[in-house]
Amino acid sequence: MREDSLTRSERAKKYSVFQTFTLVFLRMLIGWHFLYEGIAKLLNPYWTSAGYLSESKWLFSGVFTAITDNPSLLKIVDFLNIWGQIAIGLALITGLLTSWACIAGILLLLIYYVCNPPFVGYSYSVPSEGSYLVVNKILIEMAALGILLAFPTGKIMGLDRIILKKRKKAGQ
Amino acid sequence: MDQENDGRGIKEISQPNKEVNTGRRDVLKALASIPVLGAFFYGLAKKKTWDAERRKSLLEELGLEGELDTGRVRASLKKPGELLRIGIIGNGGRGEHLVRAMGFAHQGFFEIRGSKSQRAGRQRGIQGFLNQEDLNVLLTGVCDVFDVRAERGLAASLNDRRPGGGAGNLKGAKRFRSYQDMLDSKDIDAVIIATPDHWHAQMAIDAVNAGKHVYLEKCMTRTEEEVYALTDAVKKSGMVFQLGHQNPQQETFWRAKQIVDKNILGKITLVETTTNRNSPNGAWVYSIHKDASPQTIDWEQFQGPAPHRVPFSLERFFRWRCWYDYGTGLSGDLFSHEFDAVNQILGMGIPKTVVSSGGVYFFKDGRDVPDLFQAVCEYPDRDLTLVYSATLANSRGRGRVFMGHDASMEVGSGLTVNADYDSTRFEEKIKAGIIDTSLPLFSYRPGSKGIDTITSATEKYFATKGLMYTYQGGRQVDLSHLHVKEWIDCIRTGEKPSCDIDRGFEEAITCHMVTKSYLEGRRMEWDPVQKRIV
Repeated sequence: MREDSLTRSERAKKYSVFQTFTLVFLRMLIGWHFLYEGIAKLLNPYWTSAGYLSESKWLFSGVFTAITDNPSLLKIVDFLNIWGQIAIGLALITGLLTSWACIAGILLLLIYYVCNPPFVGYSYSVPSEGSYLVVNKILIEMAALGILLAFPTGKIMGLDRIILKKRKKAGQ
Repeated sequence: MDQENDGRGIKEISQPNKEVNTGRRDVLKALASIPVLGAFFYGLAKKKTWDAERRKSLLEELGLEGELDTGRVRASLKKPGELLRIGIIGNGGRGEHLVRAMGFAHQGFFEIRGSKSQRAGRQRGIQGFLNQEDLNVLLTGVCDVFDVRAERGLAASLNDRRPGGGAGNLKGAKRFRSYQDMLDSKDIDAVIIATPDHWHAQMAIDAVNAGKHVYLEKCMTRTEEEVYALTDAVKKSGMVFQLGHQNPQQETFWRAKQIVDKNILGKITLVETTTNRNSPNGAWVYSIHKDASPQTIDWEQFQGPAPHRVPFSLERFFRWRCWYDYGTGLSGDLFSHEFDAVNQILGMGIPKTVVSSGGVYFFKDGRDVPDLFQAVCEYPDRDLTLVYSATLANSRGRGRVFMGHDASMEVGSGLTVNADYDSTRFEEKIKAGIIDTSLPLFSYRPGSKGIDTITSATEKYFATKGLMYTYQGGRQVDLSHLHVKEWIDCIRTGEKPSCDIDRGFEEAITCHMVTKSYLEGRRMEWDPVQKRIV
């Protein structure tokens, strides 16, 4: 185990300054976006995911529209959505449990994507601000989180560094 | 390099210093992102203040400070009160819907069939039905001249798949062969009348005289004379009367009224309202039940007070809205809804004069009511014209628009207000770029709210629309349920329902002016002194 964590951090140490900078910068940007999406929803007393869910198309639309029919379930989904986004955003910015935040973020974005995918023949009542065919910004943000998962930076710049040191110390 | 040294030699002395150094560096690197958080919350605070100020200045300009934030407070009972026993007269399509609205559904309602979207729609309908409030009522009587429909009503009364359950307590309804028998029954407290229009007045008059509360479908009556008789009877009886215009139960209408009351639109001189349908079903060509025959339908009782008595006709029985013998066509069936919606918002009452025209242009199936129809209602005292335009041969949505000097308001299931480019009131704000006339000044979309998903694009989209009000929960509620519930609540509290006999009077008289103008080919006028159409 100790060997593993050492090699991981050793690997991470092989990033050049430029690589480290761009990876950490990307992490901050995505973290900022998640955090603001969550907080904006939190501050809007009228926000609910119902509109988005009820528009759902494709394979899983039955699941999403069923949520909108169940007020208590909808409340839970809204709560998890808001606080999930805030938690992921804070984790990415501060570099705390970074890998877990990446995984959670990817899963959340995947849900958004399959809920309303920009496939041929699907149209939604809320117009998008750009033009998308299969690939949209949700998918790209998801891929970017995949990069952050593959090239972790929390232990270089982030609270994960303290956790790593503590763990190392405990190991010694 | 550091680590090399670390492990050997002067270990005892240098180790603590090293720890402090690496520790400090670690802490710095670990907390490197804190300034980003600082910047984030600084930005957030700034945005909040800016939003609040912009909103406040716009609200002040509109005279709306904080007032539209609360939802409509309806007369609602904490306790369901004592059990009410209700009878249905006329258990056809609309009747079954109203019976469901009070909490009783036929098992057929739970069958999910058709295309994917139809199945999803029915699924939602079922969920909505089961989520309905239990009104503590029983369906104790069913009266219908068609055996199949009567049987369906009896089956619904026994179906415990309903809000509030009730397994074991449902004793089921009794079938009455005539409505008079039902009114004589001691087991009926109130009746819902959903028969063709030519029966409305007589049934409702007899019901209130028998001491039963009445929920009556529109159009309130088939003729002008019946309006006066029914209004007198209801007023004398003191029974709770609700006319079946469920649309104004929408939050949207209530918000629209507030906007008008706040004079945001400026002087309103024109209201345009429309009916846009393009299908046989929309044109009242309903399907004919396979078991319908002179043996299963009491044709004589169906005809009742109809002006012309004709031999048994399945078309006339199922598609009665196509003949003036039973209804008033577009005016009583659909203009009545439109008039009521506008009347609820503007409170303008009966017009001074009405001109209408139209014809049977598309559905040449033997009907005598027009399928294209226009009516112009004038209110000279208010400098207001209400224009109604209906087609059953094109479904392009033409909306319902209130046009004022300062802004226009379109009211449907949602609501949008756009400032007018040449508005006097908003002139400066438009010049200053605070108000963009191409975007709604005010927008309300029930059921779909706020910012969605992680892409902030939609947030931006809604934010540019200015102000937005929605109700919480995103829950679809059947409007008919709300309307029936209001009636039942009023029976228990003695309050007046929103669509009472006075509102019904205004609506029915207006509809009859519209109908008469078409049939007589001349302008009709309302004499407010004599209280007669002249």
